[in-house]
Amino acid sequence: MTQLFSRPSSLKDVQTHFCPGCHHGSIHSLVARAMDSFGIAGETIGCASVGCSVFLYNYFHIDVVESPHGRAPAVATGVKRARPDRIVFSYQGDGDLAAIGTSEIIHAANRGEMITVIFVNNTTYGMTGGQMAPTTMPGQKTTTSPNGRNVVNDGKPFRMAELLSNLDGVAYSARIAVNSPKNIIQAKKAIKTAFQYQVEKKGFAFIEALAACPTNWGMNPLVANERVGNEMIPYFPLGVFKNNDNL
Amino acid sequence: MPYIIIDEERCKGCGLCTVACPKKLVSLNDQPNALGYTVAVFNNQENCTGCCFCAEICPDVAITVFKEDLR
Ligand SMILES: Cc1ncc(C[n+]2csc(CCOP(=O)(O)OP(=O)(O)O)c2C)c(N)n1
Ligand code: SF4
Ligand SMILES: [Mg+2]
Repeated sequence: MTQLFSRPSSLKDVQTHFCPGCHHGSIHSLVARAMDSFGIAGETIGCASVGCSVFLYNYFHIDVVESPHGRAPAVATGVKRARPDRIVFSYQGDGDLAAIGTSEIIHAANRGEMITVIFVNNTTYGMTGGQMAPTTMPGQKTTTSPNGRNVVNDGKPFRMAELLSNLDGVAYSARIAVNSPKNIIQAKKAIKTAFQYQVEKKGFAFIEALAACPTNWGMNPLVANERVGNEMIPYFPLGVFKNNDNL
Repeated sequence: MPYIIIDEERCKGCGLCTVACPKKLVSLNDQPNALGYTVAVFNNQENCTGCCFCAEICPDVAITVFKEDLR
């Protein structure tokens, strides 16, 4: 008997607290697989953020530092500079990275810190009950935009992967989705590359992962998964926006 | 012949595997489990190709895919 698919070994064998159909679980699993492929879990330090992914330490066989809201890139900067022999990544939501932590991510990226950033864009503040984020889609109803996001007042959603790719300090920037087997294959490759950049000391790597939050979108998991393809990907195109090394 | 095993304690019944399977061999149970989730069930081993799409899309890594080696 051969096992064709099994749990990544860097991922703890426990039940997660994520809602049914939440893409945080899928993205955790791909991050674990990337660590497996380089055998680096034992030397990796994760910098968790504030949001539904706050319990990183419960789910990976790695050391984790909790960061204040939005400050994970600053925490990761300190960890990496103190322990340059370690692989350091932050894992942040869109409320965390693109709202309260906009300054920290832009400066860490511009300084070209030798870290990997996993940015999970689910167009909302999931943990706190679905408020509007800078990444909320035009017209999207949230608890703080009950009539839908009004782009005249609130501007249009940030495209973080493109924005950061314009900074000289950024070596790799890509956007992925985990809504279909095809996109998962691309996602797996991109996340692996983002860690490879750090393993090979090639610079700052950024992954924006489009994600469903069925609970706060008020959708069942299947409809939420479809929304990623129908509404998000047309506005937030998938692809690699910067690849210094053409890995 | 390939087959899958679904961990009923981990499955949250999101149903993503039911649409990912190109052969539609996975469906949701009509009876809820102890946690109230209608978990996924594997229906027809005969037609499984071992593509792993169901396992790849599962956010809870509740599906393991096997292949029996020919002796
Ligand atoms: C300084 C501070 N301000 C506000 C909060 C409340 N808060 C907790 S999580 C969160 C937003 C989380 O959204 P996101 O980063 O998108 O993560 P998600 O849950 O969607 O994955 C906020 C505003 C906090 N914990 N600390
Ligand atoms: S609230 Fe949204 S982001 Fe948080 S666990 Fe549930 S589905 Fe995931
Ligand atoms: Mg969010």
